[in-house]
Amino acid sequence: MEDVIIGLEIHVQLNRLQSKLFCGCSTQYHNSEPNTHTCPVCLGLPGSLPVLNRKAVEYGIKVGLALNCRIEEETLFYRKNYYYPDLPKGFQISQYDFPLATKGHILIKGEDGIERNIRITRAHMEEDPGRLVHAGTIDKAKYTMVDYNRCGMPLLEVVTEPDLRSPKEARSFLDKLKSILEYLDVFDGSLEGSMRVDANISLRGGDRTEVKNISGFKGVEKALSYEITRQKNLRRRNIKVVQETRHFDELRSVTVSIRSKEEAHDYRYFPEPDLVPMHIADWVPAIKATLPELPDAKRERFVKEYGLADDHAKSLTSEIKVANFYEAVAAEAAPRLAAVWIADVLKGELNFRDLGIDAFRAEHMVEIVKLLSSGAITEDGAVAIIRTLLDKGGSPQEIIKSRGLGKAEDDAVQKAVREAVAENAAAIADYRAGSERALNFIVGQVMKKTHGKADPGEVHKMVKAEVEKV
Amino acid sequence: MIMLAELKERLQAGSAEEYLSRLFEKIEKSSLNAFTTLARESALKHAREFDRKPSQGLLAGVPIAIKECISTKGIETNCSSRILRGYVPPYDAHVIERLKAEGAIIMGKTNMDEFAMGTSTETSCFGPTKNPWDLARVPGGSSGGSAACVAADEAPCALGSDTGGSVRCPASFCGIVGLKPTYGLVSRFGLVAYANSLEQIGPLTHTVEDTALLMEIISGHDWRDSTSAEKGSYLPGLKDGVSGLKIGIPKEYFGEAVGEGVDGRVESAVWDAVHTLESLGATWQEVSLPHTKFALAAYYVIAMSEASSNLARFDGLRYGLRQGEDKDWHTTFSEIRALGFGPEVKRRLLLGTYALSAGYYGRYYLKALKVRTLIKDDFLRAFKDVDLLASPTMPIPAFRIGERINDPLSLYMADVFTVPINLAGVPAISVPCGFAGHLPVGLQLMGPHFGEATVLRAAHAYEAATPFHEAKPEVV
Repeated sequence: MEDVIIGLEIHVQLNRLQSKLFCGCSTQYHNSEPNTHTCPVCLGLPGSLPVLNRKAVEYGIKVGLALNCRIEEETLFYRKNYYYPDLPKGFQISQYDFPLATKGHILIKGEDGIERNIRITRAHMEEDPGRLVHAGTIDKAKYTMVDYNRCGMPLLEVVTEPDLRSPKEARSFLDKLKSILEYLDVFDGSLEGSMRVDANISLRGGDRTEVKNISGFKGVEKALSYEITRQKNLRRRNIKVVQETRHFDELRSVTVSIRSKEEAHDYRYFPEPDLVPMHIADWVPAIKATLPELPDAKRERFVKEYGLADDHAKSLTSEIKVANFYEAVAAEAAPRLAAVWIADVLKGELNFRDLGIDAFRAEHMVEIVKLLSSGAITEDGAVAIIRTLLDKGGSPQEIIKSRGLGKAEDDAVQKAVREAVAENAAAIADYRAGSERALNFIVGQVMKKTHGKADPGEVHKMVKAEVEKV
Repeated sequence: MIMLAELKERLQAGSAEEYLSRLFEKIEKSSLNAFTTLARESALKHAREFDRKPSQGLLAGVPIAIKECISTKGIETNCSSRILRGYVPPYDAHVIERLKAEGAIIMGKTNMDEFAMGTSTETSCFGPTKNPWDLARVPGGSSGGSAACVAADEAPCALGSDTGGSVRCPASFCGIVGLKPTYGLVSRFGLVAYANSLEQIGPLTHTVEDTALLMEIISGHDWRDSTSAEKGSYLPGLKDGVSGLKIGIPKEYFGEAVGEGVDGRVESAVWDAVHTLESLGATWQEVSLPHTKFALAAYYVIAMSEASSNLARFDGLRYGLRQGEDKDWHTTFSEIRALGFGPEVKRRLLLGTYALSAGYYGRYYLKALKVRTLIKDDFLRAFKDVDLLASPTMPIPAFRIGERINDPLSLYMADVFTVPINLAGVPAISVPCGFAGHLPVGLQLMGPHFGEATVLRAAHAYEAATPFHEAKPEVV
């Protein structure tokens, strides 16, 4: 793995903004008919002029600060010139020299399990182009349709240094970035196409290829894995990797060449004359003051404040919603027990069902943790309650009642123990002859009689004591 | 010739419909080719409404002609280019909104050099507009249609746009008044861009007072143009005279100092004008704008570079020219552009693309921006000593149609006194100051940034003391 070098360019839609980057059109186009969220400005009609959405710049600065970047004193927009049907002006308003933010870093867990910083080269703002819908695959389509609803959506492009060493590391970088963006409340990752990735991949000493426009984190892992295998195979056969741009075909999970180095665009960048440079240094202190606690800081605090294991703290802080959920529960019930049950059980059950934390109510978790602490329900019972709540709804008390999940009464257990010992003389003989397993068999019988509601540890002790008596 | 204020009063008493119909009749018979589209129906409807119920407004009932490159809702806006034929904007430019709000009637669109790239209105896809003073000659450009129709009384006033002299040059060649405002004073929202960092919309009128009136209407901040600024006040102090004003005469704008040199008749008309201003109480002194000789080169590099990007949107996909069967994307848009743009536009787009390419950006575009700063500094320095600058607007009077069109360099050279003003972003006006033979000559008065009030005041004082603005061309 050591010889793989990966750098990422991530296009993030700042889709928590109300309006597009240079016009008043709404950003909430996801469930709309094509070409209904447009105006002369985002359609690039002759004579229209861009007007900068200042809030978008604020959001951009927020992200820059959260990625530990240096914020430029003065920033400006450039035109990136190229012809494409999804680009109605024939250029994209982007940034070039003096981007919003430079030289940052974020912490991820590496392939080797050790945490380290991945350097961020820059983060700059630009407008999203429209969306092309091909009738069929990109190389065989008879015609293509264009939807300009997405055109002018505020994008932040985050560029990393080539610091990533495996597809898995790339994945964990993206997870961390997404986590930070959601903490900042500038980004909703659940919307289609909200994060798109270009990846640069090379084997040490070889030329690099760029795989463009991969959507979805799984897609990134797959595309990178394919590309690494392809490059390694070439190297094995002593064939040089050609520097080129490749497209990731999601259906076939392969990358295909779309452009060689010679065909590379000359974007003819020059400063956008219709917008004025922005002196943003003055904005920074106020924006800094509004920055929320970020994942790493929260994780540290969870360890200190609630006495959590680092793994639990990390798991609980990766998503802002989960972290908030946890804190709501921890305020009412035993924090360490709550951490275990949320991080180890609830998250697993949610993942299994492809649900978010919103699908579970914090007060239900409070109740479950309280019942567990008081010994009123068993761990198996708690798991059953969680599953039932997710699958059928209701409340913990109702489920306990209807499914008889309350811990069995002591004398009922005592009775079952006496019965089991009396009924299994042979097993007792084996136990006395030195077989521990024989005792476990009797414990099992007790559990059967109590329908699993007894505490197996307790039962074990009681059986042992009963056997001594006999 | 009738002044707008007087026309407005007459229309209040008489009939806007009748007046407008007479203009349309005259245009129908005209051989000038000043108009590309007449908005006959909507204009007459508007006029009838006005006659029924006269509105107030600074231009209530007054017709106005609009240059092809200014977006008009519901009226084709094609920049005199084949590639935009059939494009009808769904929105009005800021200036059109302002004019309508003051009761003006949009009578039609006027001919121009294709995408404003020219000095003669010969590069239009509709053929050249003719100079009302001599039908064999050009009206100047690129706002040639707007200037010619006002000079020939086919419209009482018009709007043009000025990227490197495109309002002042035709004003000068056609013997009327034309103002290029300070960059940012008039919103460019709705002006189809040729070179955004240089251009402004400006009035073309018979008198300085009319220009001041139009400026009261069209100038001022518009949130839709990030480069736009607050307006000043132009009519109130207009008649305060020039007593005590210091006028600078840039030595680089006279004699053999630049380019092909200045026509002797033009130069003497301008000197006469300077002496007239002196007799009215102004003083003059020679000043130097030392970087003038680099202005043309810098101007063309910047304008062409910006144009190469601005005109990239014309690919036939969403509006405008669409011909034959669609092929793949690259072939289709290339064919449409090959067919839709004329030779001068292609020349400028190619040069601009070249100037911005990797490896040449520093040598051309960046260098041109540095020259631009030096030229702006020249003006700032000069305006520390003087209130205004005076020069010829054009070094020559109107030339013959076809005389220079195949020699682009000689055409570009004609812009030598107008382009520095756009590079510096300062305001300048052209007012009639005499004749070279039978052809009008224009005096250019330049002021500091947002110095329109002073420019207009001096121009008005000069106009009031001279008869040239009253001269009429004999048009058939």
